[in-house]
Amino acid sequence: MLKIENLHARIGDTEILKGLTLSLGTGEVHAIMGPNGSGKSTLASILAGREDYEVTAGSITFDGVDLLELDATERAVAGIFLAFQYPVEIPGVSNINFLRTALNSIREQREEAPISGKDFLAKVKACAQLVELDGKLRDRSVNEGFSGGEKKRNEVFQMAMLEPRLAVLDETDSGLDIDALRIVSHGVNSMRSADRSFLVITHYQRLLDHIVPDHVHVLAGGRIVHSGGKELALELEEKGYDWIVDAQATEQA
Amino acid sequence: MSAAEENPLLDEFTRKEYEFGFTTDIDADTLAPGLNEEVIRIISKKKNEPEWMLNWRLEAFSVWQTMEEPEWAHVQYKKPDYQAISYYSAPKSKAPLGSLDEVDPELRATMDKLGISMEEQKRLSGVAVDFVMDSVSVATSFKDKLAELGIIFCSMSEAIQEHPELVKQHLGTVVPVKDNFFSALNAAVFTDGSFCYIPKGARCPMELSTYFRINEAGTGQFERTLVVAEAGSYVSYLEGCTAPQRDENQLHAAVVELIAKDDAEIKYSTVQNWYPGDAEGKGGVFNFVTKRGICEARAKISWTQVETGSAVTWKYPSCILKGDGSVGEFYSVAVTNNAQQADTGTKMIHLGANTHSTIISKGISAGNSQNSYRGLVQIGPRARNARNFSQCDSLLMTDTSGAHTFPYIETKNPTAHVEHEATTSRIGEDQIFYCLQRGLTEEQAIGLIVNGYAKEVLNKLPMEFAVEARKLLAISLEGSVG
Repeated sequence: MLKIENLHARIGDTEILKGLTLSLGTGEVHAIMGPNGSGKSTLASILAGREDYEVTAGSITFDGVDLLELDATERAVAGIFLAFQYPVEIPGVSNINFLRTALNSIREQREEAPISGKDFLAKVKACAQLVELDGKLRDRSVNEGFSGGEKKRNEVFQMAMLEPRLAVLDETDSGLDIDALRIVSHGVNSMRSADRSFLVITHYQRLLDHIVPDHVHVLAGGRIVHSGGKELALELEEKGYDWIVDAQATEQA
Repeated sequence: MSAAEENPLLDEFTRKEYEFGFTTDIDADTLAPGLNEEVIRIISKKKNEPEWMLNWRLEAFSVWQTMEEPEWAHVQYKKPDYQAISYYSAPKSKAPLGSLDEVDPELRATMDKLGISMEEQKRLSGVAVDFVMDSVSVATSFKDKLAELGIIFCSMSEAIQEHPELVKQHLGTVVPVKDNFFSALNAAVFTDGSFCYIPKGARCPMELSTYFRINEAGTGQFERTLVVAEAGSYVSYLEGCTAPQRDENQLHAAVVELIAKDDAEIKYSTVQNWYPGDAEGKGGVFNFVTKRGICEARAKISWTQVETGSAVTWKYPSCILKGDGSVGEFYSVAVTNNAQQADTGTKMIHLGANTHSTIISKGISAGNSQNSYRGLVQIGPRARNARNFSQCDSLLMTDTSGAHTFPYIETKNPTAHVEHEATTSRIGEDQIFYCLQRGLTEEQAIGLIVNGYAKEVLNKLPMEFAVEARKLLAISLEGSVG
């Protein structure tokens, strides 16, 4: 579904991704772990189409389509969703109005009819239950005055509403207490399906206790330096990243 | 050196005066540029005005001649040459266009985006319509309905002819001739405007809209509006139109006076979308307006404005809270883009006891524009327990635009409560990216963010107007984030 080949990207004069290669099959859940500053969030931003980053080499294809040719909106229409590490507040715009605009905009660009009011509300109800988002939060302005946990639940709520084909979760576990972590993970897990893939970016292994990945990759110095099964996460938790990063450095030398 | 070289203005003055003598015949119904007593006499005569009206104009003109164009506002523009303007032009019988295809495509695109119907587009852009237009019949049936209630809604010229006593009694009582440079000029040369009179206890059953009226006479360059609400009456008045108005008059100096007698309420909503000029601001309208209302006991005046047009805006809709327990409100969204400049705000003059006022101002600056809020809250010595709440927010879309706030507060009564809040924020690229990631287009994203920001004000507009105003905000700011 997603193929990233030898991706190089920079912001300003700083090169952040230095030859990243990664492949994600349909229905798979991949976790990306790595030390701070290794380029995890950059990868998420580039996948979503943020223009602050300049891709200098390499390619990304999504279902065979050159993703780098699409702007952020077109990528969303193609079915890519990013759960933000720091969800943005939009004062004066109700969560519900925002989602309805988003949903209908995507449908329009896919040349589908707008969703009916009744269907929309039924969907809102079902998706809100998934992450235990109460009515007040649905009607409030987008993320305004939400606690850290509420913001993350709202991201997963939006994801459930938009039903993406590829969901990128950028440190969705950061700032969550154990209950919120359980709720968010439950939301994500119930969306796992044979035709939907997830790229879970995290710094800590604990999220992967709840969202069990098929593959785990270590991103360090702008490249994937090690890949393995779900047990790799535990190993990283125990030993840290240094042994891999060091081994990589030795290998290169 | 001859006298003419020494004073070219004087030369032009005398020369132009001479020309006028020959332009009063019926065929050439536009006065040559220039302003002097004779011009005012001609305007008054053409409109068949009573003598008191002429004298009022002449007095205004003599006052205006002693005044200087104000410079305190935070705007820069080349002062108009007041002798280069033609002060009277009969309603234009412009050759109607054959079809919508002949209309400026840019203008049409905007009207399409605003969701204005084909029929409406034809009417607004002066295309000949070969069957009885809906709006005509709407306007007629609507006048009948108002007449039943004793409500007068007509052009100012008609009011001077048909209701001279009402006009004489109220005209210039809220905005005196001498008030300022532009109001004096307006008093001297205004050619038309609207007059609205709501009798005692009447509740006007519909929004009174210039929309119906304005096309009868064409937009006036110097409009004069007077709204009188007798005791216990209510009226909601809509001025302007969200459709783009390409106007060849560069200078607009309108005066609006509102009179709310005991327990009356006037709601006055404006959407202004005049031509802002090109990206450098060239050719745009100078909008120098004086708007003021007076409230008697327990009366309420509420100004709501959405300002997106004009190259330069100078405008402070104000309330004189004269009667005890009266209420003044001002809700404003002012958008400036490209090279536009706006200096707008309000004055709340608390004279009576227990008077309340609320000011909500939302400025949005894009491009290289400058957007200023200027407001005065004045509490007089007699105004016991007066209250004011002001909130002035500024939103910057670019780092080359400016937002300024000039609040003035003067209290002469220790029981007053005055609150002022102000914020300035930058529209986040983060906010826009968040919206794009959810599948919105950039246009939708900006529309949503800006409308969210201006929501408190937009909610005050009558329903139908609000829908159009929302779209207008998004269109005015299209592609302006940088």
